[in-house]
Amino acid sequence: MTAATIAPRHWRRPPLIKRASLRWALGLSALVYLALALGTIDVNWTRVWEGLPRGARFFAAFFPPNFTGRWNDISDGILESLYMTVASTVIGIAISIPVGLGAAKNIAPRAVYYFCRGILALSRSFQEIILAIFFVKLFGFGPFAGLVTLSFATIGFYGKLLAEDIEDTDPSPPEAVRATGAGWLQWINYGVQPQVMPRMIGLALYRFDINFRESAVVGIVGAGGIGATLDTAFNRYEFDSAAAILLIIISIVMLVEYSSSYVRRWVQ
Amino acid sequence: MLQIRGLTKRYRTGDLALKSIDLDVPDGQVMALIGPSGAGKSTVIRCINRLVEPTGGMVILNGANVTALGGRELRRARRRMGMIFQEYALVERLTVMENVLSGRLGYVGFWQSFMRKFPQSEVDQAFQLLARVGLDHMAHKRADELSGGQRQRVGICRALIQNPDLLLVDEPTASLDPKTSRQIMRLIKALCEERKLSAIINIHDVMLAQLFAERIVGLQLGQIVYDGPPNRLTAEVLTRIYGEEDWSATIRKPDEDGDEATSQPRATAPLETRQPHHDRDRMAGLT
Repeated sequence: MTAATIAPRHWRRPPLIKRASLRWALGLSALVYLALALGTIDVNWTRVWEGLPRGARFFAAFFPPNFTGRWNDISDGILESLYMTVASTVIGIAISIPVGLGAAKNIAPRAVYYFCRGILALSRSFQEIILAIFFVKLFGFGPFAGLVTLSFATIGFYGKLLAEDIEDTDPSPPEAVRATGAGWLQWINYGVQPQVMPRMIGLALYRFDINFRESAVVGIVGAGGIGATLDTAFNRYEFDSAAAILLIIISIVMLVEYSSSYVRRWVQ
Repeated sequence: MLQIRGLTKRYRTGDLALKSIDLDVPDGQVMALIGPSGAGKSTVIRCINRLVEPTGGMVILNGANVTALGGRELRRARRRMGMIFQEYALVERLTVMENVLSGRLGYVGFWQSFMRKFPQSEVDQAFQLLARVGLDHMAHKRADELSGGQRQRVGICRALIQNPDLLLVDEPTASLDPKTSRQIMRLIKALCEERKLSAIINIHDVMLAQLFAERIVGLQLGQIVYDGPPNRLTAEVLTRIYGEEDWSATIRKPDEDGDEATSQPRATAPLETRQPHHDRDRMAGLT
């Protein structure tokens, strides 16, 4: 009885853009732009067709992978890459801890905050390849340039994530630690560190993984490691050796991935 | 022991949280600070140990002007003021023992605390305190494995191991059930008596304040509007503090019987009552 007297009221989720005309105009212009953009791409289908068997021959040359032919070069390259990875991860994280602490808004004074954020922005604004080209010019060919590249890139990555994790911490345990009369370092060690530690251990392993993959890339521009070996193999058309290198890289990355997820579960 | 003179706090947003508060807390007094949310209760106790920087006025603890201290002296002054928090504020990923020992951070050097090499006397003291609150069997558990009441008892141990002269207690029961709330308040009260401590307890449960405090201060919009014994807290006073409401069910009758009667603030017989309370706390800890 009473239900019948209440008029049905319509409800719809309010749209993101209120004006209907603007909404439609934006949607249409996006479609037009997409059509025009696709029109500018000139795909030569005959070349694609002719390229297919060439691609097949190229991939066939990868098999069987040849581990033995260039084993000395490969093992040297892998070891060099691993040294670069371990050293750059350790150095990069060691430097990024003070930088990250300084870049956390809730614990650093304003001036320190802007300075450390500046360091992080600088480190993050260049991709590893660009940094590697720069450092190869600076220090000459070889793994040292790669080591500096990866350490520098690690600072930006790890420092930023550390700073953001610190900014997300629960403020009350640190407040309680401060109320006991603790000093600054004790305050960090007891109030902040336990809150960020598990995630930071996981991220350190993740960065190790990234650094290993990047060590293969920076080698191509002359910064040493397995990338240099891989580049040489391609230049000599030794695709079977290149395949062996790629398989080794894949297996090491998978190994790191598996162990890091195991460790992360264990530290939680 | 504690004198507060003209304490004023204006937040950066422009809100005047405290309007020139004057307050004296003598030795060994357990005082409850009541008042509606936003009255400035939290700000008062945080201005005393300067977790919040007062805008004006003085806080004098045992003759020393806390508001004038800087750096190392301030940290030394903070050691004399133990603080207990609303949401316990334990470091959840640390063990119970580390949380209790963190109360000694003002006394030990950085490396000592970093390596967790606290002096044996402090470790002994930590175990004694945990035993006193019925949690010595939990020393090696992580703080996040504990129940709310257990966590608050660890918080109490952390404050007491500082060897404070004054306890600053911020809404100790706000996250606890009624029974645990009473146990925690009773424990704080008993420990203050044992150790001759003064305490300022922020609490918004008027009934608990009346039960366990010997003096009640009512705060409203940053000003003290009541200061007196619990039994003079009439409907008219509560209206002054909180505003118009039917207060008849809130005000405790002096002749209320049962469990409450034994723990009335003035009805003290600590030596007789301590043992049963201790066992009851332990039971609460185990269940």
